[in-house]
Amino acid sequence: MSLMARDYSFLLFKSVSHALSAEIILKRHEIPFKLIPVPKQISSDCGVCIRFSPVDNERITGALSCAVDIDRVVSAGCDTIFS
Amino acid sequence: MDCIYLDNAATSWPKPREVITAMKDYQENLGASPGRSGHRLAIEAGRTVLDARIALAELFNAPSPLDIIFTKNATEALNISTLGLLRAGDHVITSSMEHNSIMRPLRFLETRGVEVTVARCSPEGELDPEDIRPLIKNNTRAIYLTHASNVSGTIMPVERAGAIAREHGILFCVDAAQTAGAIPIDVERMNIDLLAFTGHKSLFGPSGTGGLYLRKGLDREIDPLIMGGTGSRSEFEDQPDFMPDKFESGTPNTIGIAGLLAGVRFVMGSGIEAIEERERGLAFSFIQGISSFEGVTVYGPAAAVKRIPVVSFNINGMSPSDAALFFDEKYNIMTRPGLHCAPSAHRTMGTFPIGTNRMSFGFFNSDADVRTAIEAVGELHDYKNQ
Ligand SMILES: Cc1ncc(COP(=O)(O)O)c(C=O)c1O
Repeated sequence: MSLMARDYSFLLFKSVSHALSAEIILKRHEIPFKLIPVPKQISSDCGVCIRFSPVDNERITGALSCAVDIDRVVSAGCDTIFS
Repeated sequence: MDCIYLDNAATSWPKPREVITAMKDYQENLGASPGRSGHRLAIEAGRTVLDARIALAELFNAPSPLDIIFTKNATEALNISTLGLLRAGDHVITSSMEHNSIMRPLRFLETRGVEVTVARCSPEGELDPEDIRPLIKNNTRAIYLTHASNVSGTIMPVERAGAIAREHGILFCVDAAQTAGAIPIDVERMNIDLLAFTGHKSLFGPSGTGGLYLRKGLDREIDPLIMGGTGSRSEFEDQPDFMPDKFESGTPNTIGIAGLLAGVRFVMGSGIEAIEERERGLAFSFIQGISSFEGVTVYGPAAAVKRIPVVSFNINGMSPSDAALFFDEKYNIMTRPGLHCAPSAHRTMGTFPIGTNRMSFGFFNSDADVRTAIEAVGELHDYKNQ
């Protein structure tokens, strides 16, 4: 994985339905993010995840709490994953 | 001569132009499998499916779009609601006006140790909700009730039955095949735990679409009938245990769902009350028109507000299938004679085993269609009375 990936955090969801539900909410809150295929280093699942900048961490989790089930948050710089 | 389509209770036709356009757009420009791959087209297909859940959740006042799963029709949704939920030793209550899509799974479950009580309705197809109360037992698990009969057109007392179910801690499942898109449905106000709907009737979607709303948490008590790939949790060999994936294995009917989404938006754009008023007006003019013919019997409740635009009738001495052939050949009117997949409803009305003629009106029928239909019934009646 490139150094770039270390600079981002990722939200993982149980399914695409959840990821796309989160997308609608984040767009409404005008929080920058990108919907991308789940990087292999994070999970072998074939779905999509939300990549975001760590500076938006609190806004994102705040906007999504109670609204969408988040499966896992992978924080930026997590070496065990991006080895 | 254009054909006059009066079989909207079987499936609605024609569909709004928007529905055809949406399906064509999907196939030409998207075409990918939602929830399977991470590429742009797959994501866009996934958005279409989610948008359809959002629109349906709004239409039914469901708390969350992910409380809705897609099936191929109401029949599959009702099979999940019965075969997936009930266990030997459970008791259930249903009405004598039900369609075979509920009766057959329940009769099957009877052979597997589920106890079924059928609440008798009046010959007009009406159910007094208070008749449900004495039928409730300690092991009563659920009440299954159609929102409106596809034979007599009778609207059932769903809200009051839902209140009784809630009072007794019993699950309440409603078959909205005939009503979704035609009359307002509010799963919260009506205390509905499971709402089975079909996409191809009053929601104006194509055939092969339908779904089920499940009250939050209920998904944990229901087994899926079909298991397999969902695009999620691919590293595991066991079925996902969360909504909506638990009940949506296999590549979905995305082109159909794209059409259904356009159909639901058409309903919401037209206004469900406006649709209801228009259709009720057509059916009532027809009923008034044919009621004056001697020897013509119209079934179902007399009051317009108690019925959907489905009209069953018989012409003295004329079999429904002969009449249907006459309507088709002489007047280009498409109708459905017989038992309408609902033998129990016909027994209740006293029309078993001959059945009835059924003309069912839709949003796209005109006043002229109604006049022609009245004329056709009049001609048959004159012929029988010569
Ligand atoms: C009252 C009722 N329930 C269930 C159904 C089944 O719907 P579908 O054939 O779409 O599964 C129908 C229509 O056929 C119906 O009229």
